[in-house]
Amino acid sequence: MNAATKVEKVLENYSFAKRDKLIPILQDVQAADGYISKPAALKVAKHLGIPASKVYGVATFYNQFRFKPVGKHHILICRGTAVKGSAGVLKMCEEVLGIKAGDTTRDGLFSVEVVACIGACGLAPVISINGEFHAKVTADKLRKLVEDIRKTENSNGAR
Amino acid sequence: MAQDNGIIDKNLSAIPASARKAFLTRAFGSEDFTAKAAVLRREDPARAIIYVGAGTCGLAAGAAKTLEAARKYLKDNKLEADILEVGCIGYCAAEPLLDVQLPGRARVSFQRAAGAVTPALLDSVFKDKAPLKDHLLGQFGDGGRAWPKVPLLSEHPFFAKQLRFVLKHVGIVDPLSLQEHIARGGYGAFLKVIHTMTPAQACDAVEASGLRGRGGGGFPTGKKWKIALSSDADQKYIICNADEGDPGAFMDRSVIEGDPHRVLEGLAIGAYAIHASKAYVYIRAEYPLAIKNLKKAIADAKVCGLLGENIYGSGFDLDVIIKTGAGAFVCGEETALMNSIEGRRGMPRPRPPYPAVKGLFGKPTVINNVETFANVPEIMSQGPEAFAAIGTKGSKGTKVFALSGKVNRTGLVEIPMGTTLKEIVFDIGGGIENGRAFKAVQIGGPSGGCIPRSHMGIQVDYESLKTVGAMMGSGGLVVMDEDTCMVDVAKFFMDFIKKESCGKCIPCREGTLRMLEILKAITRHRRGEKEADTLARFSGIINLENLSQVIRETSLCGLGQTAPNPVLSTLRWFRDEYEAHIFERKCPAGACTEMLEFAIDADKCKGCTLCAKGCPTQAIVGKPKVPHYIVAEKCISCGSCRTVCKFKAVNAA
Repeated sequence: MNAATKVEKVLENYSFAKRDKLIPILQDVQAADGYISKPAALKVAKHLGIPASKVYGVATFYNQFRFKPVGKHHILICRGTAVKGSAGVLKMCEEVLGIKAGDTTRDGLFSVEVVACIGACGLAPVISINGEFHAKVTADKLRKLVEDIRKTENSNGAR
Repeated sequence: MAQDNGIIDKNLSAIPASARKAFLTRAFGSEDFTAKAAVLRREDPARAIIYVGAGTCGLAAGAAKTLEAARKYLKDNKLEADILEVGCIGYCAAEPLLDVQLPGRARVSFQRAAGAVTPALLDSVFKDKAPLKDHLLGQFGDGGRAWPKVPLLSEHPFFAKQLRFVLKHVGIVDPLSLQEHIARGGYGAFLKVIHTMTPAQACDAVEASGLRGRGGGGFPTGKKWKIALSSDADQKYIICNADEGDPGAFMDRSVIEGDPHRVLEGLAIGAYAIHASKAYVYIRAEYPLAIKNLKKAIADAKVCGLLGENIYGSGFDLDVIIKTGAGAFVCGEETALMNSIEGRRGMPRPRPPYPAVKGLFGKPTVINNVETFANVPEIMSQGPEAFAAIGTKGSKGTKVFALSGKVNRTGLVEIPMGTTLKEIVFDIGGGIENGRAFKAVQIGGPSGGCIPRSHMGIQVDYESLKTVGAMMGSGGLVVMDEDTCMVDVAKFFMDFIKKESCGKCIPCREGTLRMLEILKAITRHRRGEKEADTLARFSGIINLENLSQVIRETSLCGLGQTAPNPVLSTLRWFRDEYEAHIFERKCPAGACTEMLEFAIDADKCKGCTLCAKGCPTQAIVGKPKVPHYIVAEKCISCGSCRTVCKFKAVNAA
């Protein structure tokens, strides 16, 4: 299924929707597509009968929305008060993967995103890879996690 | 779990017999619920039950592996037992938690029960040996034959001083079971309110209890409801604010994950009290498990007729809608949250008009925090007097704090108002990690402040905290030790607020950026300064306090008005640290790495050249096998030489 039909599929669930459904629609589009593409944003605007600039304005306001496709393994790094170590983890992550937060590696395997707080401060620093949480992460632990994923990917012959 | 059915009937006896019958039949399948309710409460289970704390925190600590190991254990040993995933009991540092309840025996609780040790732990209980000491946390004292020589969980120092009111069932009950919630008295208060009280009476009861908003502001809840009730409109809304964005706070997540029905019941009572037929729960997208549990709770409540139209013949309709936040801290502010629900950018609106008069879609709206709503069913059930008896003069009830940072026992603690900070950090939290010295607690998140050691005797309530320049906030409590630099802490919060400022009003948008620049300038080494930087740093220091006042007085919303708090409170209590940074250009705690000056100890250096090779600015000179030297003018204090040195020859001061 290509991106355009995915967006249309999402919009089917929102017939006769008004402005207050904009954020849920964008969330669904992102869930289906991985990110908000320009054609998708235009479709959503047309569907709701509001200018595309408003859609863009809302989408860029919230941290959740991405405008680049996400990697196969999406890493969330918690950056809360208690997480003094997370600066190190983020730096490590950026070093190991060679990308900055909010970016995707060129092979499309990894993307990194910083979130304010996952809500498990007692176990900080916490990261989540594709929804699976890892507590008390150290640079070494992270390196191992990334290498493990790379290994399985390579052995699967993926890409 | 020695409860009789009085707990169910306590509230239900007040409602019309027909409604009572209809409700019990729908909930339990028949009006005769005594036996079934006892089973649901697991008072005397017919077969063993294994409980695993599987909240987000437990899962992060490895609860999934514990679950797997427990299932495998049962299969291998051909034992029959039920495995139950419960919420988090709050003792995060001890996770994953594993409880076992054998028929006729007290429920015993293990800590740090990783998958690898699970079989041994289960063995020790199922084979009726003594529960393994190393991982033992305690036993429950409310039913079943006690285990010898096992301390009571309620006497564990982490729990002894707590008063669990909101968290009463979190970590104890199956969060997904509506039946169990009802068997423990759930929704009784709601049915009592809608059948026997007028909305005005319900508002009065909440006002009499003295309940104040738990989200930070501390506005009296009953009063807020009354304003909304007296506003005339064809449609009103009630919103549960679960957009818990404060770094260091996670009680809302835990309550929704572990006891979603309690929040839902409180929300429903609130809706009735203000005549709202539509309720929203605005919850963060970062809390997938909480959303999942809440969705299930709402669906179950609908099936059971506790939500929908004409609820059990009372003529009251209620529909609950979940709205997922999209990651903006400012949406915790009520007017910004309403904009977000309406599908706009989450920017605050000027007040007045207040939301209780003109809120969501222009209609009267009440917004309360998760914890506030979670208090309501208990108030209605036990009566406002019982609630008002807990706490201090101006602050009633309990407060849940998320204890984290450099403390031994991290987790969620619920204490009666008026408990001292000292008791929370040292008695419940068990003091500072690794024997370091205590320095301060940061309370209330980015809008709160730091409290130094000299004021640890302060009672926790809304007013007392304000006297030392802090605030209750949503309840994040981060403990800091001597290695924490207070300027660095202020910088961290300023960075957070600057990023999260929505940009609508100028004092917050520009002011927080300038404040961050000033803080960055004073934590920077001289060598990083070019041309007019020194002058800018100097003028910044002079204007820092003035700028704070301007932001505080002229910002539009609570986020901006409290934005300078981290700076003001650290300035108030730790001025000497700022002065050390400014005058001596040194960080006393050694946390601002950029200010460190590195030097090589000639006695320890073997001249291996490892540091010189790795130095990004070629600041290290020296020949092989001869002690090296760092050229201070070139050094950027990156610390890479210290990391690579195998002889610990690089010192920083």
